[in-house]
Amino acid sequence: MDTRTRKAIVLLSGGLDSLLAARLILDQGIHVEGVNFFTGFCVEGHTHALRRTRARHPVRNNALHSAEQLGIRLHIIDVIDDYRDVVLNPRHGYGAHLNPCLDCKAFMVSRARSWMEAHDFDFIVTGEVLGQRPMSQRRDTLPVVARESGALDRLLRPLSARLLPPTLPEREGWVDRTRLLALSGRNRKPQIALARAYGFEYAQPAGGCCFLTDENYTHRLRDLWASRGERRYDFDDIMLLKVGRHLRPHPSFKLIVGREEGENRFLEGYRHRFVHLWATEHEGPLVLVQGAPDAAGLDLACAITARFGQGRLASRVEVAVGEPGGRPVHRRHVAPLAASALAPDWYL
Amino acid sequence: MKKAADLDARHLLCPLPVIRVSAAVEKLAAGDLLTVRCTDPGALHDIPAWCRLEGHEVVAAETLASQDIVIIIRVEGRR
Repeated sequence: MDTRTRKAIVLLSGGLDSLLAARLILDQGIHVEGVNFFTGFCVEGHTHALRRTRARHPVRNNALHSAEQLGIRLHIIDVIDDYRDVVLNPRHGYGAHLNPCLDCKAFMVSRARSWMEAHDFDFIVTGEVLGQRPMSQRRDTLPVVARESGALDRLLRPLSARLLPPTLPEREGWVDRTRLLALSGRNRKPQIALARAYGFEYAQPAGGCCFLTDENYTHRLRDLWASRGERRYDFDDIMLLKVGRHLRPHPSFKLIVGREEGENRFLEGYRHRFVHLWATEHEGPLVLVQGAPDAAGLDLACAITARFGQGRLASRVEVAVGEPGGRPVHRRHVAPLAASALAPDWYL
Repeated sequence: MKKAADLDARHLLCPLPVIRVSAAVEKLAAGDLLTVRCTDPGALHDIPAWCRLEGHEVVAAETLASQDIVIIIRVEGRR
């Protein structure tokens, strides 16, 4: 009889469901480790924490916090490059915005399967709940994830397991199916009660865990593609879409305006790549210029920069124009743009 | 002989500083020191959390006047 300790890899998002799923499997004496895939579109507290005045939640990575509560190792893996094809060419299409949820889940389980095989683990655990999500967690799409990922019956969903066909870990007796759950639907009360019983702290992101489900973010991403005439992005693109005010006053250029000190500091990291603007004699934002404004456009960009700074009521404001790559700075003197001249449709 | 390595993780947002630290630690041996410089305020929580999970020691963690965060890690043996 094979009595070796079985090993499971759990997709740990930092949310409640995967935390509970991992705990249910740990409770059965299985060795569990976590994996968390960084796609570049993950919503984490840190992005918001750049704006410190709005930070209402602890500034931490929720998946790490889950792993600490479980006492398990967590492997955070950068999948940004491989994930690009999922975003650009989803076989199963998008949800309400640019969220390719079904392809995304199959991709992540597929990567977990590769990790499992490479590290001699036995099965994969997810926090999926039957009927909770409109694309990826329906009765007809859960098998799609198992099939397209190649995980097949080594994919166990402990929260809904008793509503689903027995998987290999259950059939082999590695896991006692009777101690798994039969949750379904969007009602979260059972999970919240279970979390309370375990004494877990958990994140409840108001807008979900992925920027691709966010209307404003995907509007910015579509604008980026439209401005380039093709659907492509790089890592810096998707990071910058998360930060600051984005305004497109003219088809030839866009501005990213830091909203406060933390965002300004983040944008400073991109001064080497973009023309950047700041008021020299007043507190205010650092502004990145993406595109190629002509002289009039640059004056408008400077006037907008002045508008968002403390000199907005001054008659003239000196704005420095820094060139990318450390080339010399020159200065322009502009009248701050009037509030009434900021067209609402400039905002992305 | 123990090594001392530096990692510049400034202007990276969560969880990239942790990913970079993990990769850097892979190249070090027990007893080596890794000095990480970050700007993401969450790194003050996350890097020590990751170290606790992996069994590494955080020797120092501070925020400088520039708001840069510096964390020094002593690499321990693998779990």
